[in-house]
Amino acid sequence: MSNVLEVKGLSVSYGGIQAVKNISFAVPKGEVVTLIGANGAGKSSTLRSIVGLVKPSAGSILLNGKEIAGKTAENIVSQGITLVPEGRRVFSDLTVLENLKVGAYLRKDNLEDDINWCYDLFPRLKERSWQLAGTLSGGEQQMLAIARALMSRPDVIMMDEPSLGLAPIVVKGVFDIIREINRQGKTILLVEQNANMALAAAHHGYVMETGTITLSGTGKELAENESVKAAYLGKAKNKK
Amino acid sequence: MEWFSRNLPYLLAGISVGGQYALIAIGYTMVYGILRLINFAHGDIFMVAGLIMVYLSASLPVYVAIPIVLVATVVIGFLVERVAYKPLRQAPRMSIMISAIGVSYLLQNLALYITGGLAQQYPSIPWISDTIQVFGATTKRVTVITPVLTIVLVIALVILIKHTKIGMAMRAASKDFETSQLMGIKINSVISMTFIIGSFLAAVASLLYFSNYTGVVPTSGAMPGLKAFVAAVFGGIGSIPGAVIGAFIIGICENIIKGMGLTTFSDAFTFALLIVILIAKPTGLFGEKATDKV
Repeated sequence: MSNVLEVKGLSVSYGGIQAVKNISFAVPKGEVVTLIGANGAGKSSTLRSIVGLVKPSAGSILLNGKEIAGKTAENIVSQGITLVPEGRRVFSDLTVLENLKVGAYLRKDNLEDDINWCYDLFPRLKERSWQLAGTLSGGEQQMLAIARALMSRPDVIMMDEPSLGLAPIVVKGVFDIIREINRQGKTILLVEQNANMALAAAHHGYVMETGTITLSGTGKELAENESVKAAYLGKAKNKK
Repeated sequence: MEWFSRNLPYLLAGISVGGQYALIAIGYTMVYGILRLINFAHGDIFMVAGLIMVYLSASLPVYVAIPIVLVATVVIGFLVERVAYKPLRQAPRMSIMISAIGVSYLLQNLALYITGGLAQQYPSIPWISDTIQVFGATTKRVTVITPVLTIVLVIALVILIKHTKIGMAMRAASKDFETSQLMGIKINSVISMTFIIGSFLAAVASLLYFSNYTGVVPTSGAMPGLKAFVAAVFGGIGSIPGAVIGAFIIGICENIIKGMGLTTFSDAFTFALLIVILIAKPTGLFGEKATDKV
């Protein structure tokens, strides 16, 4: 299967501190790929450099075979990749519907079908179409952030900690949606601290520690790996 | 009734000057809304628009000069942002504010150099400078035109911001640059648009404002600029309706104070008002509500 996104030798530095050190990975078309790891492992920096919010200090990022490393964020998102940022970051003074429209900012065609599609995926958003996004609950805001990203019809959706700060029942809903979007053909690169859920949803996974990738495999392989279990899944080695 | 007819000219003058302040105040409040910058050079852009009109009308008919004034002021406002503010986008906010003060003095001193420090006679614009009677009070037509034109322009602006794509981008960018970029919004274009609108309205204000005065000097922008700024703070900086209402209140109050024979205190009133607002309600009448969920 072809890789829609390929990262080779990517490094990211902030004022001399190297957050991401020479990592390489690939996201095959139609898959869910996850990067898991502890706080500060460089997961978010990886996503932010792919989408152009920070400039990588070295490396190559190929989207559909085209180099995007070092381009501006507006340019990169116009080429078919988007990021659901950490903390949701919905536009709180815009209505739910306006948030969806702003998500499709670069499109010039009719949005109606996509808006209806999003409202089918997230019936709660349809009910709240005219509400200001700032008045939604955390879970609803996360749904809106994902829906907003879908509106640009991206080839790849990256999500940065979509389960952060949400109640367990809501987290389950978020992962159901991730699976559903993937089933409908979207390629997803997911960064999560909730390794359990992420690995269960992912075809492939990569474990990041202090800026490097230390392990990789299919979601299942990683979920069964002893050191991953011990470090991220909260399961002691001697049990089971 | 006698009180009414005695005070009517002051009330009319207040509404008129309030409209002029409102047009300037929108420039302050929009730029603040998006960049969190108090654009100290805005009053001087207004003054420069006045001077451009003076020089153009010397050789061109007024109806040709006016569109050129509008376009030239917009170009100056756009260039000021590109040259003096854009390179400082990543710098601390204090740096860009100091840059704004620098631009303000630069424009004043350029004006001083070009005019030689002499007051330049403002042309009288036919029709709007004509004298008319309103309920028995004698005034210039501009007094009546200003509030009407202000309201029309404000409505147009609100429609632009609420119902167009660029308006939506402006509202999004004013809250969150980074996420706006993720939507594909070109932040620099949105910021330029803000300066273009602000400068255009300042140019319109200068046409109306200077029609009431005989001359333009390099510091002519300072006082109206400051008062428009107070109006923007009074209304709640960042809010367009707030700036407009604040400007009308200040314009009317100033002139009623003049009508009571306390002309000397009318400026002091405006600044005393600023202090009172900052103490009593720092967010102003329509200050930003915090709807952000953390």
